Amino acid sequence: MADILSFLKSLVSVSGVSGNEAPVARLIEERWRPLVDETRISRVGSLHALKQGSGKGGALSKSKAKRPSILIAAHMDGIGMRVTQIVDGFLRITNIGGIDVRVLPGAEVTVHASGGVDLPAVVVMPPSKLLPESAEDDALEIGYLLVDTGLSAREVEKKVKVGDPISFANEPIELAGGVLSGHTVDNRASVAALTICLEELQSRPHLWDVWAVATVQEETTYLGGYTSAFEIRPDLAIAVDGTFAKGPGANGWQTHAMGKGVGLCMGPNIHPFVHQKLKELAEQLEIPWFLDVTTAHSSTDAEPMQVTAEGIPTALVEFPIRYLHTPVESVAIKDVQRAGRLLAEFIASLEENFLETIAWDI
Amino acid sequence: MPTFGRTQLKLLEELCNVIAVSGDEGEVRKIVIEEINDHADDVRVDALGNVLATKRGRGKNRLKVMLDAHMDEVGLMIVADDGDGIYRFESVGSVDPRHLIGKQVYVGKERTPGVIGGKPVHLMETGERTRRVSIDSLRIDLGLAGKAKVGERAGFATRFRRVGPSIMAKSIDDRIGVATVIELFKNAPSNIDFCAAFTVQEEIGLRGAKVAAQYFDPDLAMAVDSTPANDLPDFDGNENATYNTKLGLGPAIYIADGSTLHDPRLVRFLQVIASAAGIPYQLRQPGGGGTDSAAIQRALAGIPAVSVSLPHRYTHSPLSISRVDDWKHTLNLLHAALKKMTPELIGKRQKK
Repeated sequence: MADILSFLKSLVSVSGVSGNEAPVARLIEERWRPLVDETRISRVGSLHALKQGSGKGGALSKSKAKRPSILIAAHMDGIGMRVTQIVDGFLRITNIGGIDVRVLPGAEVTVHASGGVDLPAVVVMPPSKLLPESAEDDALEIGYLLVDTGLSAREVEKKVKVGDPISFANEPIELAGGVLSGHTVDNRASVAALTICLEELQSRPHLWDVWAVATVQEETTYLGGYTSAFEIRPDLAIAVDGTFAKGPGANGWQTHAMGKGVGLCMGPNIHPFVHQKLKELAEQLEIPWFLDVTTAHSSTDAEPMQVTAEGIPTALVEFPIRYLHTPVESVAIKDVQRAGRLLAEFIASLEENFLETIAWDI
Repeated sequence: MPTFGRTQLKLLEELCNVIAVSGDEGEVRKIVIEEINDHADDVRVDALGNVLATKRGRGKNRLKVMLDAHMDEVGLMIVADDGDGIYRFESVGSVDPRHLIGKQVYVGKERTPGVIGGKPVHLMETGERTRRVSIDSLRIDLGLAGKAKVGERAGFATRFRRVGPSIMAKSIDDRIGVATVIELFKNAPSNIDFCAAFTVQEEIGLRGAKVAAQYFDPDLAMAVDSTPANDLPDFDGNENATYNTKLGLGPAIYIADGSTLHDPRLVRFLQVIASAAGIPYQLRQPGGGGTDSAAIQRALAGIPAVSVSLPHRYTHSPLSISRVDDWKHTLNLLHAALKKMTPELIGKRQKK
């Protein structure tokens, strides 16, 4: 995809905090519609897009069309904040998802006022004289912070309501070496990778049905992961998400170099056979990859999908993101492209009888 | 009154968006010289980089009045190359490290984009999450194999914007002062010799003002700065008694801060002018802080000085907020005051 950078920038710039994903769902649907056969929004807001395969049907397939199907999930929600109180024209807030409170002082945000107006604003740290003494030495709690919209108290009372969602508002920027930095790169970069996959499939024949799913609320309750997997009942599921990149202050075993390839996750959450097949394919195609080990849960949509209904063989394809859950999450565009390509090639490689070949304890 | 509209706001936008950290004020110096050159009788750049401009008045017994605004902002300096596009940095002037995490910056003359990230919460140990961050643990990330030079300065990437009644920008302290003195200089009344000092290094010790005052040796001086408005709600709902100044009440006249007891004659004069012209103003709560007036007042044999500041919230942070109307009133007050200044204001001054 020649314009992956500009597509990713546009994805990152549309709001879609967990629970309020409609704006970004619209943008993604627009982009996917010409690439697939049908699109629909699930009962709880996830985007389901079906690209039909050319196969006839597999013996073990559970899907309704009897043609085996694979579901690729990229969550479209992002972390954010919500208004809890209005005080003298300032807003008190709470978190949606795992916000790192330390990034908030001075952060540019957008208040999505329920009147339909988006208000530019900034999160601020009150002077210590205005806080209880216990707030002195520690990093501030989100309950102490305020949001200032620059408007008069009267205007704020008219426009903003308790419960209005708030998203980060800083524009994404390009850094050296093909790196994009911005908020909600987790997980819009995965949506971009999935889009690249769909574009590649326009010219690669595939037997299996492909469900591209932009799930909701991965950052909070896995609502989309559970319900989309149940509704679609795919025979295989792959989640696409970010993992920890090596960088300042992050050098442990959970971290992996940015720009050096795609992550293939292993662990109890991942079907070892599917993981093996992905690995072999990456080797064969000379797509650089690294092993990401997890001891129990992957903390991605792979977690709910694996245990939906009678269970689904699940895998996880990742790319490293620096500064996860901050407004400056950074990803190497190369890695996003590699992930998209690997997904497309994997789908294209699936034989009708793939499910019958699954072996345990080889 | 001088005009106040799109032109003035465009100038302020340009000034706020450039980066000019203490000791590296070139980007602002360029704009200042371009703006005032055609209006000045004399413009020079001194040994520290101050821009010193004079516009002579007409008539006998003219007061020599110095107006001061500082060109520098607090910011960062690259101090070491950690390799692979990662750079160590330190603050220049007072920057709270809590304002640095998760922010975008521009580095150097080229404005190379960079980010100051944070260790992901998921990877932190309990206790680490609540411990206050220190600059030592932070780095500027320019991307894979990004390049910068040790010694280059960096500033926040915040862009100026107008929102309703407000200005949202970085470095309102003290680009608003610079813009104000430029506008006043362009509209200088003829009853005074207008000595404009666009100073350097205010944020690291008022160093530019000290020598600018020596150069001009004025009869009196006014520093035009921007002061914090801490007019936020108290967490427990008590009355906020330490607001310093408030947005929307007009320019703040100083009586006393942490470094200066402002000349009471000038303090009174400004209030009289404001009341007569119907210009709203407020009195900055005494105590704390400091401006270039401190350095000017004690220069030579002493120079009567007063500070007038525009209130702004969230000082020394990526994004400050001021009210447009407060700026308009600041310009109008100072212009009216300059027009009415006479030698009687400070009595006779003995020449050496």
